[in-house]
Amino acid sequence: MARKKGRLTQEVNAGSMADIAFLLLIFFLVTTTIASDKGILNILPPKQDPNQPPPEVLLNERNIFNILVNANDQLLVEGEYLDNTEKLSEDLKDFILNFGAPDEEAVALYNSLPASLRNKAKRDPASSDHPMSGGAVVSIKTNRGTSYERYLEVLDQVKRAYFEIYAERVGLTADQYRALTGRTPAERELQDRGKEGIPMAISIAEPDKIGGN
Amino acid sequence: MSKFKKKTGTSQNIPTSALPDIIFMLLFFFMVTTVLREQEILVEQKIPQATQLQKLEKKTLISYLYIGKPKNTGMFGTEPRVQANDVLINTKDIVLWVNQEKDKLSEAERDMITISMKVDRDVKMGPISDVQFELREADARRILYAAVGKVQN
Repeated sequence: MARKKGRLTQEVNAGSMADIAFLLLIFFLVTTTIASDKGILNILPPKQDPNQPPPEVLLNERNIFNILVNANDQLLVEGEYLDNTEKLSEDLKDFILNFGAPDEEAVALYNSLPASLRNKAKRDPASSDHPMSGGAVVSIKTNRGTSYERYLEVLDQVKRAYFEIYAERVGLTADQYRALTGRTPAERELQDRGKEGIPMAISIAEPDKIGGN
Repeated sequence: MSKFKKKTGTSQNIPTSALPDIIFMLLFFFMVTTVLREQEILVEQKIPQATQLQKLEKKTLISYLYIGKPKNTGMFGTEPRVQANDVLINTKDIVLWVNQEKDKLSEAERDMITISMKVDRDVKMGPISDVQFELREADARRILYAAVGKVQN
């Protein structure tokens, strides 16, 4: 008597499953904002003590790469008017790797660079002495009226010049170098090897008061 | 007899039994990547583009400052304002806010706090430098200028 119902299929009707899933899918599609914590990292200088005047840093004019951006977003790079920032990173690389008057340590650094970077060294006495600390400084000065977008564009190009130098030293592309997280010792070693002796010397001056509020 | 006679007998249906599985796979992907927005953004946010983006390691160390023109211009005016958490704050309150954010972190991590500045592209450098001055006062000197990727040419 208690025999199995052989004929009736025991499957649950799954035809509308796709519709339900679609509904949920569309809900999550609409509410999704893929979190992006990407950006350009910048370290601000330490706080100024009002009782102590800022330390006088004496640098030769040839060791500073001046980038001025005015309130109309026009660029003045090393005294020359520039229309766009396209060539900026190449100029910067030439400036950083100029090796105009290297001391002993800088000569050692120069010898450690790969040949492609060594070719950049023009030994121009009017440009930077060496890329080590106190050697080549990139100075960005804006107005209060300069747009943030333009400022970021310039900073982006300066960072690009440095990252491309670092990446070339360790034989990676700039994208690969930037993607290094330093989470594993091997990655950290690569990062340090790229940076070694060539610090990112970017000086961002206080904007002056013209053309803003 | 024509060579192109219709093949009969074969069913022309595409099997759709795997469709729910595919949809579920997509669904799970979006469920996992979704971050429900926990706060309302009160200022305009058109994030500028840049190429040299870096990703930060620890997300717990990041605090966000939103800077831009208020969306509700009738109430807050048209000048760029700073939003921290879910309120608009004045520039001079930033030090207080940074200290509150630092208190949320453990002692060892306090110096590593990173401020992610999400700035609208139409903001001028004036307000930004004021904010940066306050951040220097508060000794939160690691800054991330939030930007979205641009295709390099």
